[in-house]
Amino acid sequence: MRKMFLTLVLLLPQVVMAIPEIQHWSTSNGAQVYFTQATEIPMVDVRVVFDAGAARDGDHPGIAALTNSLLSEGAGKLDADMIAERLDNLGAKLGSGSLRDMAWLSIRSLTEKQVMKEAMELISLILAKPTFEEQSFERIRKSMLVGIEASKQSPSKLAENAFMQAVYGSHPYASPPEGTEESLNAISVDQIRGYYNQYYVARNAIVAIVGDLSRMQAEQLAELLAGSLEPGEKAADLPSVPDTKNATVRVAHPSTQTHVWVGQAGMKRSDPDYFPLYVGNHALGGSGLVSLLSDEVREKRGFAYSVYSYFSPMRELGPFEMALQTKNSHASEALKVMRETTQKFIEVGISDEQLTASKQNITGGFALRLDSNSKLAENLAVIGFYGLPLDYLNRFNERIEAVTVKDVKDAFKRRVKVDDMVTVIVGPEPSASPADKG
Amino acid sequence: MNLNRYKTFLILCLILSVSSPLHAKVHEYVLENGLKVLVKPDHRFPVVISQIWYKVGSSYEYGGITGISHMLEHMMFKGTPDVPSGEFSRTIAALGGQENAFTSSDYTAYFQRLEKSRLETSFRLEADRMRNALFPEDEFIKERDVVAEERRLRTEDNPQAKAFEQFKAAAFVSSPYHHSVIGWMADIQNYDVEDARQWYRQWYAPNNATLVVVGDVKPEEVLKLAKKYYGPIQPEKVPELKPRPEIPQSGERRLTLKFPATIDYLMMGYKVPSLKTATEDWEVYALEVLAWILDGGDSSRFSKELVRGQQLVASSSISYDLYSRLETLLMLSAVPAKGKDINEVESALRAQIKRLQETPVTEDELQRVKTQIMAGSIYEQDSVFYQAMQLGSLETVGIGWQADEQFVDRIKAVTREQIQAVARKYLVDDRLTVAILEPQAMQTAAADSKN
Repeated sequence: MRKMFLTLVLLLPQVVMAIPEIQHWSTSNGAQVYFTQATEIPMVDVRVVFDAGAARDGDHPGIAALTNSLLSEGAGKLDADMIAERLDNLGAKLGSGSLRDMAWLSIRSLTEKQVMKEAMELISLILAKPTFEEQSFERIRKSMLVGIEASKQSPSKLAENAFMQAVYGSHPYASPPEGTEESLNAISVDQIRGYYNQYYVARNAIVAIVGDLSRMQAEQLAELLAGSLEPGEKAADLPSVPDTKNATVRVAHPSTQTHVWVGQAGMKRSDPDYFPLYVGNHALGGSGLVSLLSDEVREKRGFAYSVYSYFSPMRELGPFEMALQTKNSHASEALKVMRETTQKFIEVGISDEQLTASKQNITGGFALRLDSNSKLAENLAVIGFYGLPLDYLNRFNERIEAVTVKDVKDAFKRRVKVDDMVTVIVGPEPSASPADKG
Repeated sequence: MNLNRYKTFLILCLILSVSSPLHAKVHEYVLENGLKVLVKPDHRFPVVISQIWYKVGSSYEYGGITGISHMLEHMMFKGTPDVPSGEFSRTIAALGGQENAFTSSDYTAYFQRLEKSRLETSFRLEADRMRNALFPEDEFIKERDVVAEERRLRTEDNPQAKAFEQFKAAAFVSSPYHHSVIGWMADIQNYDVEDARQWYRQWYAPNNATLVVVGDVKPEEVLKLAKKYYGPIQPEKVPELKPRPEIPQSGERRLTLKFPATIDYLMMGYKVPSLKTATEDWEVYALEVLAWILDGGDSSRFSKELVRGQQLVASSSISYDLYSRLETLLMLSAVPAKGKDINEVESALRAQIKRLQETPVTEDELQRVKTQIMAGSIYEQDSVFYQAMQLGSLETVGIGWQADEQFVDRIKAVTREQIQAVARKYLVDDRLTVAILEPQAMQTAAADSKN
């Protein structure tokens, strides 16, 4: 059976995919623009990304998220109600968000001339002239406080926060992007303004545009959106991430499952080991049901519905995390299986077969990464934000294909250390845990 | 104001001018064995999605085996005589594909997303498991544990999900929407393999399925492949579903739920018709627009008045599935703003409903919602997956995929009077169920870290 399966794969035609062309330029005040034309649907997707995520929170955890949420709450002479009404009248969709590295606004609009002009003028105002009114500020802060309360009833969120804290210690990646009750209560509007003035500036901005526009229209659009930002300065480099030390953190929670997270500081977006680690992890725990971890934990033992491992590549070393959830009485056994599977993978390395299967899945699935305008826009934003080469997408499959068994083994040996990992266990205290009801 | 309204109307016209010629044609075929095949070309990217939809889901189930449709979905990856357990997923993975499945109250569907030249493999494997799936007992026992873990993850340890499950069980008494898709824990833990086998034999047949393909394909070629792989499968005698209508509700229902949790949560659901159950079609489109007026976007009444104006709720949402198979709920839910009382939130939501009954919505609001919905129907074309979902679900619940093409016109025709009429007819206390989650202390929740 296995042989037949391999033959089948070898007979497949080579897939050739036309990679959409990415055009790149700067606005007059220094914002970096990335544009791909897509003429089939009369709409445009824009992402304006700033190096203004929670890694820039400094002494005020939550300030990045708070600032980002406040942008559409008032701009120029418009209040939140007027902004919302105008955008909805145009059928335009505004989104915003911030993680540890990035903060962004996303806009989707029809490209009908009048509609797009009005929508984008409004976005330009939101980006360049936010008012940060006291009343909105108080309301958004309170709503973030409710969010923090809500995360206390979510075992996975508790696990994530404890994990990042334990892996990153005093590094800026440690604190939760949503802040803490204490930190949010201490933030003032003036600090928000200061944060905005420092980071929402052209030289710290990437504009990604995908849609039914000509190059000239895209240039005008980028100039409209970013042109009225202060030039400012690019955000400073982040400190490097220290090596992770072995630690176990328990968080007591009255759940029926125990959530287990194990991991360490992983890799950078620009990491020289990016491709070997990515391909290797695909086999270990990155490919869903066909991964090694899923096979051992879910398929062979029925311990968990979801088990995975993941490198989250960031500006500095992002986390390498492995996670599962299982009923409380299985927690220690499942943790043991996860650790042993990983240890064995590091020692033995990836097999030829696993490597081939991983490469086939990644390269064969490349087209699926780019099968909508919104996905293209996200990819453009990542390329711009992390300074990846313009031919990154064109060369992606070739670089995956170049990874060897030795590359994976070598990279995992050097970079993944099961003995120097953080283990986070969220669930009832073992002593206080009644017998599982299920 | 008048000028504004004129402008809103103008923009609506501009949007309409671009929206009409865009809908790609749907090609419909029926094979001799009864399998319906829907193909919608979308040549933007060299990808294809293939979905097979079965007319079976949790609303087909009865007490004692709740969730068996979902359990069966898990077992469909455990092999056939020709394709050993796990081989399906490995083969699709080797083709660079993504695959998964989903179960709802009204359907079970399996899908593969692939580079376009690889569609045939998806058909070969999917057709094989339509009738030939094996259910090895040892695999079944392990998978039952996996499903129990899935339930713990999604429901048991998620206070709002658990509250929603019990809310629905109170709102629906005799309707099979009473129980959740994943099923009660005791039912899950007591399935035996024969339950799944029987469910499979009963419902998985070409004449009870729809094949949906959207992507960079030629309809005739898809049909040829469908004939080759699905064509030889024999039709089966599929049981007729018993009606099981919901008994008429008389009087409001209220329930209080006490779980360890940290935030308050309010749910209010009114029994309303779906397109399938409505005697007057326009009513469901009026209900859809009504839902948008209340909570569709940042300019909606909830956002403007409850979140920003009165600062009463931290978040709110409305759900209404006009394409459900049975009588359904128009459901409001809300989390109070910090320091606000949940009873005050309930009163405010009720006041919003009352206002819809007493005063017609403004022309501005109506135009704005229509604009949003119409722009949305253009944006949806960016997602191949979404397009396939719409066709498959409409066909499977028995409404017919054509409703998707009519949607925009039907929304355009909704009037202010119609919205007021459905508010008066359906959003009444006799159709209402209210549930309030009263958080209980998380006994062991005090964070306790030790290194």
